[in-house]
Amino acid sequence: MSKERIQISEALYDIMPSDYQDLVKSATYGKEDRGWKDIGTSKELIEQHSLCAGCPESMAFRYILASLPNPEDTVMVGSTGCTSLVFPMVAVHNIHSLFGNQNAIASGLKRALSVRFPGRVKDVVVLAGDGATVDIGLDMTLQAWFRQEKFTTICFDNELYANTGGQESGLMQKGFVAKMAPVGKLFDKVRLPEIARESGCHYVVNCTVSKPSLVEKVIRNAVHVAREIGPTYLQLYTPCILEIGKNSMEGLQEMRDSEKPAERFAYKEYISEPAKQLLAELAAKDKERKAAAKQLAGQASA
Amino acid sequence: MSDYRVLPGPEHFLPPAAASMGIRLPNPGEAHINGVITSEDKAYEEAARQFLMAKVPTIFPGPLVLWAWNEKAAKKATAVRHLFNTLKECVQPGQKPMLIPMPDYRPKYPKINPEVEINPNHPNLTIWHNKIDCCMFIGVHCHQANLSLKIIRGGTSCYTIAMCAQAGHEDAMLSFRDASVEKIMRLADTVKRLKGTVQPRLTSAKNGASS
Repeated sequence: MSKERIQISEALYDIMPSDYQDLVKSATYGKEDRGWKDIGTSKELIEQHSLCAGCPESMAFRYILASLPNPEDTVMVGSTGCTSLVFPMVAVHNIHSLFGNQNAIASGLKRALSVRFPGRVKDVVVLAGDGATVDIGLDMTLQAWFRQEKFTTICFDNELYANTGGQESGLMQKGFVAKMAPVGKLFDKVRLPEIARESGCHYVVNCTVSKPSLVEKVIRNAVHVAREIGPTYLQLYTPCILEIGKNSMEGLQEMRDSEKPAERFAYKEYISEPAKQLLAELAAKDKERKAAAKQLAGQASA
Repeated sequence: MSDYRVLPGPEHFLPPAAASMGIRLPNPGEAHINGVITSEDKAYEEAARQFLMAKVPTIFPGPLVLWAWNEKAAKKATAVRHLFNTLKECVQPGQKPMLIPMPDYRPKYPKINPEVEINPNHPNLTIWHNKIDCCMFIGVHCHQANLSLKIIRGGTSCYTIAMCAQAGHEDAMLSFRDASVEKIMRLADTVKRLKGTVQPRLTSAKNGASS
């Protein structure tokens, strides 16, 4: 699939629902500098969603889709959870895997795509909740990292099983009492970012999605590093406002409170040496390209 | 040969796959009507007759023709439009031909807008909403076409036609195979030729799709 092939037959253009016409006309497929700032001025790759009003996961989803560097050649692999209600509304190829299986599916998919399209960049991005990533799917998650599979794993960490009513998960913080976990969590939150680093991930970030420009940066970095070097992991705090007793408008503040320096979602980043080198090269190229574009624009206006 | 016949429903909530009832697909150069293998010539006549009899004859183009994957797809789309225009010219007052797209197969939630599209996971919504009593699928991948055809046969009284680019569909009431631009144009010609010779079902109490 590439951008050139996303065209509506002229003879039937007028009968296509307007959301498809808009996708072809004003989505950001193929745009080199796409990012969260396109939201509101272009057609988003997420049509609508069935998540709760004010759900931070919906914000995260929109920022991620706006930030993927190569959406027309990206396949996302999802797992059961709130995100699986959104994927049918997403204009990026996606696969729904069995619960916990997402990193195994993505491994095979990435390898198959490399064989089928040897000359073309094809990105694979896993997007799953903390239950699928850390509890039920931990085996598949870790094994993919041990094997140095070249794709990005994103964990939407809401610190419990939100979709099924609030059961305890491995990423839940110690002492937290949830609707279906009345005793309170007896153990510490699993330190998956550290485990990811030790398991061979080349780019690891732990943060909230309160700042869209930060989300954009880490998504782009993670996809680029995974494409060229090896596995990458992002753990994004997307609190379930229903399960922690917050109102619709309180999700953003909850994330801001949780990212303060001593808190569990204070920004943490690990970059391996090869990844550092790659990101520096990409930044230099980007700077050059922007300078050349600026010069061209200057010449055109002169 | 099976005694089972693929007829307009509503058959029941989960109609059997016609293949499991012994209905087989036509060989090249053949078609089937109600599950009985027949010549393509007969199928053109019957498809055109069904279109001209229906109160709301409808064409459902799928992703294989809606999207211009290649030159062939674009040409098929033009032929589909020609067939629809011919249908509009040939029907009588009170008949309302429609052209409704199936742009993709996503299980859209909470539901599709049945006025403007059809979805294979609940095609009955579009049939019911628009009171479609005869429809033709074209450019829909086989699995999704079978799914739609079975749901329609299960829950509505709509007559279904499949203009299939592969081996045909047992679950349609009438199925062509190896669909091409020429075959679509030939169906349009047949509709034109039969114009005025077929009485539309405008007054029957059983008209339209039922739930």
